[in-house]
Amino acid sequence: MSPRSLRRVSATALACVAATVIAACSPPTEDSGSSGTGSGGTSAASATSAEDLGGMDKLVEAAKKEGQLNVIALPPDWANYGEIIKAFQSKYGITITSDQPDASSADEISTAQRLKGQSKAPDVFDLGASVAAANTAMFAPYKVATFDEVPEDLKDPNGTWVNDYGGYMSIGYDAGKVPAPTSVADLLKPAYKGKVALNGDPTKAGAAFAGVQMVSVAQGGTVEDITKGVDFFKQLKDAGNFLPVDPTPATIESGQTPVVFDWDYLNVAQGAKLKGKMDWKTYVPDNAVVGGYYVQAVNKDAPHPAAARLWQEFLYSDEGQNLWLKGGARPVRLEAMTKAGTADAAAAGALPKVASEPVIPTEEQNAKAKDYLAKNWANAVG
Amino acid sequence: MVPFFAYATVFLIIPTLVVVVGAFLSGGRPTLGNVRALTEPAVIAATQHSIILSAVTALAGAVIGGLLAYAVATAHVDSVLRRFVASLCGVLAQFGGVALAFAFLASFGASGFLTTWLAKAGVDAGPGLWLYEWDKGLMLVYLYFQIPLMLIVFLPAVEGLRPQWREATETLGGSTWVYWRRVAAPILFPSFVGATLLLFTNAFSAYATAAALVSQGSPLLPLAIGNTLTSEVILGQENIGKAMALEMVAVVAVAMTLYAVLDRRASKWLAP
Repeated sequence: MSPRSLRRVSATALACVAATVIAACSPPTEDSGSSGTGSGGTSAASATSAEDLGGMDKLVEAAKKEGQLNVIALPPDWANYGEIIKAFQSKYGITITSDQPDASSADEISTAQRLKGQSKAPDVFDLGASVAAANTAMFAPYKVATFDEVPEDLKDPNGTWVNDYGGYMSIGYDAGKVPAPTSVADLLKPAYKGKVALNGDPTKAGAAFAGVQMVSVAQGGTVEDITKGVDFFKQLKDAGNFLPVDPTPATIESGQTPVVFDWDYLNVAQGAKLKGKMDWKTYVPDNAVVGGYYVQAVNKDAPHPAAARLWQEFLYSDEGQNLWLKGGARPVRLEAMTKAGTADAAAAGALPKVASEPVIPTEEQNAKAKDYLAKNWANAVG
Repeated sequence: MVPFFAYATVFLIIPTLVVVVGAFLSGGRPTLGNVRALTEPAVIAATQHSIILSAVTALAGAVIGGLLAYAVATAHVDSVLRRFVASLCGVLAQFGGVALAFAFLASFGASGFLTTWLAKAGVDAGPGLWLYEWDKGLMLVYLYFQIPLMLIVFLPAVEGLRPQWREATETLGGSTWVYWRRVAAPILFPSFVGATLLLFTNAFSAYATAAALVSQGSPLLPLAIGNTLTSEVILGQENIGKAMALEMVAVVAVAMTLYAVLDRRASKWLAP
């Protein structure tokens, strides 16, 4: 027995001892098992669509009976999640517990593993593509009512995971402090001295990784061979323009990070938040539109399986998709909704304009890029 | 003794075992691959940086802190200055981590207090990028807890120098130089080197200060380990992180063994 499993055994034993003091040492989720059984004959935990439970009404009923939903790593100012959570709560009367809003995708998985079988475990995930691809064994397949409207390459055919919203890599800048960039190469100019920040370390954070890929495309490379992207950041550093600060809403507001590589929806939301205080603009380079989608999935061991599935239905409904759109993110059904005329036209109009066909890197392309990055990033900026 | 062993088991022995065993496992199978990954150029560079940073700040901290300790020791035991400096250092030696990093950012950062103040006075201090470099800003920041720590750990040794030894030297016709060269230095030397080693391990294992200031490239070993555990881009390298942790344990073990040997020599002279 490895020391790690030893530790887990003793922790579980300890938890049980503590639990027996209060109640019997039983799985804390016993009520969800019974409430999850709909008239369709399938329990919510194994339902792969609302029909399995006897229709949408039955799903709502089962979810309301659970009354709780645990979400994790959803910052309220990220893709409008604050409003989405509020809308879901008031629509269904289900209380959402939003745990560790600033956690990373990797933290979501490790928390789910750590709290497995407990009532506090996360019910649903919103993950970066790489982390999702590595952990599909932890997901329960589920197809929402609008599953067919999600483009083929943005979902698993069985509904194990489905892309939820995405955006394009952009450059956010304080128009009052720096000139408007018209290309990525502009950032090498002296006007940007000590002002250009990347949202995190690309060997660590997904957004920063996409930033390097975008720069690579802009400099004539590809998302797969990112040599040119890494070289550009080296030049940026040699010119004294690269600011090695991890940007946050606070550093942007205080003026410490006047130019930031980040997803367009985050930069747009930042601009909306600072309206009147700062002219924060978002620019997607014409020759380098690199997109990335996040992944939505249901935890296989969700303590509230019906609520988890109802949350999926809500997110992929017109209402949920429009809420993301309002936050500046591009929901996965945007194309279908625009065709059907159900998309929020004002919100869609406010999205940053893109001039060329977006590139969405595949996992194979990402793998090659990461390999190069792991070996060369520290050298380029160190 | 039972509480001590319980504490040591939970917070020292189990974590160490997790690191040691994990360093030789990959996906549940024994392997030497993690240890072999330590020879990757990026890991070697991180090791070198960590050792250089720790050695330079330990030496500089030891020399400056040592001189300060001597200056303080010459003051009267009950003097206000002495009590003030000693308690100030007690606070500053623990004033590491995010709070210290923040203090530097608030002073020297692009929108820091000193930077904007200098700009108003017409001096362009630049964007202050040096602050985020491990071999510039971080060294300065580390000295802020290394020097006070040196003062605290070295002061008892300096205080242990008995006036009689000096008087004896002078009675026998020795000059100040001879006293320092032949009496004080040999007595203080083991304590000095021991304290320097302590400073070295202190800097070597520091994480929060570095993490708060350096956000790109993971140039130091503790940062590289942190990266293997939290990265959402490059996955499945947790056990390489454990191998790096094992490497750190080895370096600290060498330093601590030397420290123990020197401490035994020093206590021969400085025992009360």
